[in-house]
Amino acid sequence: MTNHWIDYQHSDVMMNIGLNTAENHPVSMKWIQKAKDRGGKLICVDPRFTRTAAMSDLYVPIRPGTNLAFLNGMIQYALENDLVHHEYLINYTNAAYLVNEAYHFEDGMFSGARLMDDGIGGEKVVYDRTTWSYQSDEAGQVLSDETLEDPRCVYQLMKQHFRRYDLQTVSEIIGCPLETLQACAALFCSTGKPEKAGNIMYAMGITQFTHGAENVRAIAILQAILGNMGRPGGGVNAQRGQSNVQGSTDMAMLYHIIPGYMPVPSESLHPTLEAYHATSPGGYWANRPKFMNSLLKAFWGEHATPGNDYAYDYLPKIDKERSHIATSKYMGDGEIKGMVCWADNPAVGGPTAARKRKNSAKLDWLVSVDIFENETATFWKEPGVNPEEIDTEVFLLPAALHMERDGSISNSGRWIQWRYAAGTPPGDCHSDLWIVDRLFRAVRDAYQVDGGVFPDPILKMNWDYGEDASSARVAMEINGYDTRTGELLTSFAQLQDDGSTAAGCWIYAGYYANEEEPACQRRIRETEGVGNHPEWAYAWPINRRILYNRCSADPAGNSWNPDLPLFQWNGSGWNRYDVPDFNAALLPEESARNAFIMTGEGRARLFSNGMVEGPFPEHYEPWESPLANRVSSVQFNPCSTVWYPDDRADYASGAFPLVATTYRLSEHYQTGMMTRNMPWLVETMPELFVEISPTLAADHGLVSGDQVVVSSQRGEFQAPVCVTPRVKSFQAGGKTIEMVGILWHWGYAGLSKGPVTNDVAPSIGDANTTIPEYKAFLCQIRKVV
Amino acid sequence: MEVTRRQFLKVSGTAAAATTLYGIGFREVAHGTYRRFRLHYAHEVTTICPFCSVGCGIICHVREGQVVNTEGDPDHPINEGALCSKGSSLLNMAYVYDEKGKPVPNPSRVTQVLYRRPGGADWETVDWDWALRTIAARIKKTRDDTFITQNSQGVPVNRTPAIAWLGSAMCNNEENYLFHKMTRSLGLVNIDHCARL
Amino acid sequence: MKKSILIDTSKCMACRACQVACKQWNQLPADETTFTGTYENPPRVSPVTWMRITFQEEETDQGVKWFFGNQRCMHCTEAACEIVCPVGAIHHTDAGTVDIDFNKCIGCNYCAANCPFKVISFDRKTDLPTKCTFCYDRLANGYQPACANACPTGAITFGDRGDLINRGSRKVMSLQEQGNSRATLYGLDELSGTGMLFILEDVPTHYYLPENPVVSLQARLWSLLFRPLRIFVVLAMGLGLWSNYQKSTQLKRRIIQQEHRKPGADESAG
Repeated sequence: MTNHWIDYQHSDVMMNIGLNTAENHPVSMKWIQKAKDRGGKLICVDPRFTRTAAMSDLYVPIRPGTNLAFLNGMIQYALENDLVHHEYLINYTNAAYLVNEAYHFEDGMFSGARLMDDGIGGEKVVYDRTTWSYQSDEAGQVLSDETLEDPRCVYQLMKQHFRRYDLQTVSEIIGCPLETLQACAALFCSTGKPEKAGNIMYAMGITQFTHGAENVRAIAILQAILGNMGRPGGGVNAQRGQSNVQGSTDMAMLYHIIPGYMPVPSESLHPTLEAYHATSPGGYWANRPKFMNSLLKAFWGEHATPGNDYAYDYLPKIDKERSHIATSKYMGDGEIKGMVCWADNPAVGGPTAARKRKNSAKLDWLVSVDIFENETATFWKEPGVNPEEIDTEVFLLPAALHMERDGSISNSGRWIQWRYAAGTPPGDCHSDLWIVDRLFRAVRDAYQVDGGVFPDPILKMNWDYGEDASSARVAMEINGYDTRTGELLTSFAQLQDDGSTAAGCWIYAGYYANEEEPACQRRIRETEGVGNHPEWAYAWPINRRILYNRCSADPAGNSWNPDLPLFQWNGSGWNRYDVPDFNAALLPEESARNAFIMTGEGRARLFSNGMVEGPFPEHYEPWESPLANRVSSVQFNPCSTVWYPDDRADYASGAFPLVATTYRLSEHYQTGMMTRNMPWLVETMPELFVEISPTLAADHGLVSGDQVVVSSQRGEFQAPVCVTPRVKSFQAGGKTIEMVGILWHWGYAGLSKGPVTNDVAPSIGDANTTIPEYKAFLCQIRKVV
Repeated sequence: MEVTRRQFLKVSGTAAAATTLYGIGFREVAHGTYRRFRLHYAHEVTTICPFCSVGCGIICHVREGQVVNTEGDPDHPINEGALCSKGSSLLNMAYVYDEKGKPVPNPSRVTQVLYRRPGGADWETVDWDWALRTIAARIKKTRDDTFITQNSQGVPVNRTPAIAWLGSAMCNNEENYLFHKMTRSLGLVNIDHCARL
Repeated sequence: MKKSILIDTSKCMACRACQVACKQWNQLPADETTFTGTYENPPRVSPVTWMRITFQEEETDQGVKWFFGNQRCMHCTEAACEIVCPVGAIHHTDAGTVDIDFNKCIGCNYCAANCPFKVISFDRKTDLPTKCTFCYDRLANGYQPACANACPTGAITFGDRGDLINRGSRKVMSLQEQGNSRATLYGLDELSGTGMLFILEDVPTHYYLPENPVVSLQARLWSLLFRPLRIFVVLAMGLGLWSNYQKSTQLKRRIIQQEHRKPGADESAG
């Protein structure tokens, strides 16, 4: 999230796309309702009529998997009708920059396409991105045309690229009536007026596609051209699903990064620390060596010295993709022998989950840490499985509840808030901190006693958090300190690359800077301001509540919306309600040149070389789709790795004529492992069901409550149907396309049991992130008689 | 006059002191329908809701070391006392009510260290010490058997491809940081969690 | 001061925070339910479900409408339950809420049988009627009702009745100005005013509310004829009720004994 929950109240128009906020983030509706009370409008773009749709001013139905066509249509509408925010566009984006003459786009493919080995026996497109660049003069200065008329400027190339996405075409792709689409475009693009703020909120209904990251990019482009970034009531707001998925991502529980969004060392790109530092991108990222060396100091303390490159080689270097889908495949191939699964439940939540469970049986050992018995730890207990045939050793370690332990978590708005332990865990339960601390010490003891292969990273690890590990001590290490004095740091600006500072996660510097009164424990509500509550908890980075906030004012320093000033230049300084995301010591015209400090250009990139698929977002159909791509001959994202080619259904065969999409309910949570063991919630939603339209029900002779088998190329499950007019068929591509809405909260463990519906979901992921395509695939239903 | 819940509460003091039954003009109904006020002698501990990422503040009312009530924190600027159905049921994770309205520990909770031996049809209860030592031995063996110190170009890579570690968005920042530290010290590269799902 | 709850159905998103918060505060176990073809569950109020959210959907010219109702004791001014109670166990509190005194209740079930909204559940296990208490225990201690505290969108607000009527009327007027001629403030006059005021966007039946709730003639006659003589009525109730009374007294005694042990003993597990 670039903004935060409370800031929603300032929005003039809010677009919920790929998100069901009323059901999955209900308290967000508090602030959406406040905006509505002020006259703000809520748009809900969703394949089915949800509880969010019931609250919205405009409901836009959309065929699953076509968000990008829709968003490109919104961009086209803004460009065509000149609803963009011109001054913003010229000053804060790269619209005026001239693009490399060799860059071109034709029939769904950008310049530089090469078909390459995908590493698992297939091929995919890997672009050579050299043409995705700017023109520059001899001095290296980027050329630009502020009149936006040069045919090679980003703005003109955009107009050319998006021209194909007129609303009529989009309507036929996404299956939404043209009038609804026009009303939606007119309403949202009205926020292109300088004083208006438009907010786009999204969640997994945007990211869980083979082109999910491009969906997000289209949102960012739309928000940039309408001048909605960096402003109260604006922004690109990813509503994250779990209470601390922001924090666990910040702490890099992901294969491709290390804490603070630095890339994991790669054997090909970063053989040495010097090579690692040399790949630092521009903008504020030029400081990355300071962040990296401080991280290494936090990890290996006195053993990290300039002489040994701060123990850089103690960090493993990665060879190939190690994402969730990839790991699961390697498990099936026998490469992975042991797994620690900490408060995660891939046996229900993973794509093609039955395969994951089957692959679990190939493990020598599996450790699960949880508060209830989950399906991952009990895969050997699944009905129909003979435990005698499974040789995997399984450990299930009992953890404490959230309210039984302390520590900080980061919400979607990046607010780091402290939890205090309220009760004591029962029986043998212990906090996760206690468990990981004891586990590390047990491993370290084993290496100390018996030796082993390359024990140095373990034995020399800076790891002393007390007999019973203290969250505060860990927090101080994450926050960072001066290695000579031990003094805690207050900002990442203090970090150095000479070993004089240590910090576990540079973006968290300052959150625990005061041992007595840590910033993340503050509880002071603001009495004056715009709802940023700067003294309530702590937001990374450096307590900034709205990112890119230089853009909230024009280049001269006047707030775009005089009634809602976040930053206002008073002639000698800034009157402000937030921490500047720019150099506030400069004159406004100067800081305006570097409004997006994290990019090398200092500007928002409407044209970018950061994505694997191309500089502009381009619509492709999902991997499994009932329709041919209407805008090009490239059917689905050519850059996605196809992990299991045999998993793909052939639509033409007619075996799987329906589109499936998966989603959650307000009353349950993710794999249901927690909520299916909570009787009050089980009472409200006791069983799995699937939702279908009255027309599909009539085709199959179904009424609500009838049992059906839902099948895909990958598996099947049985559930009762909920026949409802809230689900409707789509008229797209000259066809009537019916949809099956699938919940995925159930499994075979716990108080409320049901089939694992992710068994039918495909194991194919986004080309940039490998997030699986849960939201659009093909299926069939048959009545159980 | 619009009275927020907290202003309303402040009139009669904090929960622990909220014994002033006459403060706002209500009489206690002697021998009426109502039980003793549930929050008497309880103190407040704040937590953050473990479900979605809005980050709502929740007050846990604790008496004699046990959580007896959980509800939205009216002082919290994001939720101002509000919660959803999941947040409202937080107590249910720890306690469920029996037919007589008495709280009993949630029977689904795992409260012992459980071990399933190869081919085993059920869990066995083990102690922490044994479990930690055994898991450490398994990790060590798998790591030592599969560790790669250099690749074919002679670049030190120091990794094991044979262990995967998932987790977790349900854990605190400090816990995740230690997961990361531990996994990288072991040379793990198969690290992921539900953020990618 | 008379207190009320204003339920603005145009702001309700059916998250059911209120439904669960009610159970949480009132320490009610879960009902056993099954999927019945709708999101709605439990299917009716019960001794352990004092309030619930109802779901009704309708296909209209403007697309689908999804109506979310809020079913529970309405705390009527002219309360049928109070009128028919033969022993005066049901009364209005000083906050205007309707309360049952279990020390007086004889478990005759007349209140539940005569409720025009069918929101009193008779608990066969204890022979006592159960319903929303307006969280009177919270009110008396300076807390607002659990449902109002939990509601994210401000669909449920608690306050002085006069203020809420003003607020509700303004909202209904603005809805009508926006072209919704069906918008009403329900509970303003119904049964001389109900403690639950509803801003409805459509006809009451979409929210499981009767169009014209009334205290039945039978109930009024009963009250008129017998209530002044209720002690004799009680005596006349005969043996069946006597045993019933015995049973409930025993139960009550047990509960009271338990509750008067050391502070907190009634709350803590184990």
